[in-house]
Amino acid sequence: MIELKNVRAGYGTPEAFVAAVDDVTLTVHDNEILGIAGESGCGKSTLMRTLYGDFSGGLKMAGGKVTGNFTDPDSGRTTTSEAAGFQDLWWDVMSYVPQGSMSVLNPIMKVEKQIVDALPKREKKGSKADLRQRIVEFLAGFGLPETVLDSYPHQLSGGMRQRVLVAIAAFVRPRLILADEPTTALDVVVQKRILLMLVEIQRRLKNTLVLVSHDLGVHYQITDRIAIAYAGKIVEVGPTAEVFESPRHPYTEALIGALPRVGQKGERVGLEGRPPSLASPPDGCRFAARCPEAQAICRQSSPPLTDKAPNHASACHFR
Amino acid sequence: MTQDFPTPQKPSASQGLPVLEINALRKLYRAGGMFSGKQIAAVDGVSLTLSPQPQVFSIVGESGSGKTTLARMILRLVEPTSGEIRLGGRPLTGRHRDRIDDFEFRRLVQPIFQNPFEAFSAYLPLDSYLINTAKNLKVAEKTTDGADVVEDALRSVGLSFDRVRGKFIRQFSGGELQRISIARALIPNPRLIVADEPVSMVDASLRMNIVNLFKTIKEEKGVSFVYITHDLSTAYYLSDSVVIMNKGKIVDAGAPQDILANPREAYTRELMGAIPRLGERWTEIEQIKADALARDAGVGEAQPLRARA
Amino acid sequence: MRAFKLPKIGSFRLGLGLSLLLIFVILGLILPWFAPVNPLTWYKSPRNQGPSLHHLLGTTNLGQDIFWLLTWALQNSLILGLTVAFFSTLIGVFAGLAAGYSGGWLDRILSFFMDALLCIPSLPILILLAALFGGQLSLPVVGVALVLFNWPYPGRQVRAVALTMREREFINVAWFSGESRLKILGRHIFPYIAGWSAANFINTVLVGIATETSLAVIGLSSAQQATIGTMIYWALKYQALLAQRYLWVGAPVLAIVLMFISLFLISSGLAIRSAARRIG
Repeated sequence: MIELKNVRAGYGTPEAFVAAVDDVTLTVHDNEILGIAGESGCGKSTLMRTLYGDFSGGLKMAGGKVTGNFTDPDSGRTTTSEAAGFQDLWWDVMSYVPQGSMSVLNPIMKVEKQIVDALPKREKKGSKADLRQRIVEFLAGFGLPETVLDSYPHQLSGGMRQRVLVAIAAFVRPRLILADEPTTALDVVVQKRILLMLVEIQRRLKNTLVLVSHDLGVHYQITDRIAIAYAGKIVEVGPTAEVFESPRHPYTEALIGALPRVGQKGERVGLEGRPPSLASPPDGCRFAARCPEAQAICRQSSPPLTDKAPNHASACHFR
Repeated sequence: MTQDFPTPQKPSASQGLPVLEINALRKLYRAGGMFSGKQIAAVDGVSLTLSPQPQVFSIVGESGSGKTTLARMILRLVEPTSGEIRLGGRPLTGRHRDRIDDFEFRRLVQPIFQNPFEAFSAYLPLDSYLINTAKNLKVAEKTTDGADVVEDALRSVGLSFDRVRGKFIRQFSGGELQRISIARALIPNPRLIVADEPVSMVDASLRMNIVNLFKTIKEEKGVSFVYITHDLSTAYYLSDSVVIMNKGKIVDAGAPQDILANPREAYTRELMGAIPRLGERWTEIEQIKADALARDAGVGEAQPLRARA
Repeated sequence: MRAFKLPKIGSFRLGLGLSLLLIFVILGLILPWFAPVNPLTWYKSPRNQGPSLHHLLGTTNLGQDIFWLLTWALQNSLILGLTVAFFSTLIGVFAGLAAGYSGGWLDRILSFFMDALLCIPSLPILILLAALFGGQLSLPVVGVALVLFNWPYPGRQVRAVALTMREREFINVAWFSGESRLKILGRHIFPYIAGWSAANFINTVLVGIATETSLAVIGLSSAQQATIGTMIYWALKYQALLAQRYLWVGAPVLAIVLMFISLFLISSGLAIRSAARRIG
């Protein structure tokens, strides 16, 4: 559905450019849930914005190509576009679930108005009452009552607001939904509800969901494929179950090993050190400084992301 | 009058008394406007006891459960509405002249807060916090000026004085700042450290290093920890005993394995079931996928899966 | 997002403002000592001369050298402004810190006074005072009154910042490090309000000079002293505008306008630079 080829994107001027996404080649398929995992500073949010074609706020593409092919299942029509043109497809073919629900919703407007404002013209044909009825039924499908429409954002709980945002994103039946840390800062019980909601939507619409999160547990639960980001690069991509069972990159392995699991008391060890600064990345493999298996070649040349097993790629000289 | 709070090797008069005792503690806040009579109980009748044995005691709950309010009452940052708190048998609450005085209190209890970037002023070098703790709480010998105490504390968290000298908050990562906070808390040799979500703002791969530190410090220095968190997995890994809080009350308590094996309340079961675990998918997810496949095959919704054993 | 342009604009304004201010400081605080004669004395120089080498800005209808008169006027106005600003800021910062950080009854009393004084308009009261004092107020009296009416401004602002500071975790950390309340105010909280205090100080200088000028122009300030305001007063009294003697009335007006601009540039330049430092 979306192909990224050697994409370099980031912020700043040509003299002082910080590439938060540095030479990334990745494919987003139709009908899948793709997870992008990584810790703070790895560039996953920038990657998300590049996928969404959101170049406001200073994001620039300094190299590579992002191409999207979106096929409408009912009409069979395909829309093709490059990232610069994605903006025209927002809330139509693509939609977005942001992180902080309170900062995204207008605090002085009722929820109904905000939903209606976000919808594209083709949804608004017909009477206002009809539209409202359609929205009410749609929300009811997720367990959200009609009163939500007549409330102001602050009158709803954080979990409810986030569910409203997910519902809005799904209402237009988009081919692609991007969710950027949709459940961070929410309690686990609410989080589970929202994650189930997202999976349900994806399976019904048979579209693509791209989920960005730092929480590996969340990725394990709902994603089909997972991409691990580190210091602006993708270091591993593959089917989720396989990546977790037999990781093919030392960083992935260390990350999984650092997670405590309920029911297991065994010793867990974290990594030492910090990821390299994106402003001045080192030559060679960016994980070399912290990698327990690093050798001389790792510090000299950056390993490419290549398939080591069917559909399972990693960027490591040795694994 | 100074009291000697010892490491486990040295016997002392206070050895028998629980290090922390809370009885029927309540904190009420007024809800609504200025004239409404409605009250919300942030903490609603909590009682617990920490034996003198050095241990990690976790308080697990979601936002709004009251765990943070409880922690802040133990730290005397919030005044309880009713109930009592005792430290080593001496009251924190009640009549002012009976209470432990500020100086003694700060030598007994120290905090670690959630946000490492808010733990220090942006304008002061970090080592000044450490040196001042040593000097103000009279831990340092006059001659050495506190430097040796500070060096000692920093070494036990894996850092050194040189690493910290003259540097400001922006020169460190979140994980390093939390370590420095732990070092600062260790300087007066407290009996109890109250840590409020200390690793929730630290990257997952670095979290374990800090969590392991708590274990090490408990064993080597005989300090007890009250560890507040929403993350049941970390609490399970780290604690000797756990209480689960919901809506201001304790709903479950015991050793982590016991709670896992026999959750007493529906809420505990719900909480545990909602943790996104590695290695086992939620049954609901499997159900959704099965339903989707059934729809594709045109046979309607699939049969509900039996619950996994 | 990096704001690359901001520091340059900030530095430019700051530089321009400081240069202008320097000129006025030299004019107002240094040069007056070099005046050949007391410029207030009437008929010391030939009347109504245009600008010349001997009299840089010409002379007034009363035979005073305009240039030297201006320097003396600037000196008095600046000293008044700086003194008022100093005491207002001092009192305001203390009161604001005490009110914001302690809370409780101290906060209530101080807030009451601050709000009350803010509501009372200063200029009408000063006019009233002038009437009571027999038509003219001496500069020290004006100064005291201005301090009284101006300390609530920094007071309110510092109180607001101190209130937010109370909630910040590092204040609690400082307390657990054994720091006394006083030390927390001075060492931990004060750096965060230093910027506000500086901005308030500059503002109060402007307000002080402006209020005194307003009083003087309507003849209620000490007409025997040279201030910017009294200079304008005398010029107007002797029909400088009608007689097209623009330098006499123009010089003090231009001086005060430029001084205001310079202080504004400094204040705004500092604000931009500190904002850039925070973003960048």
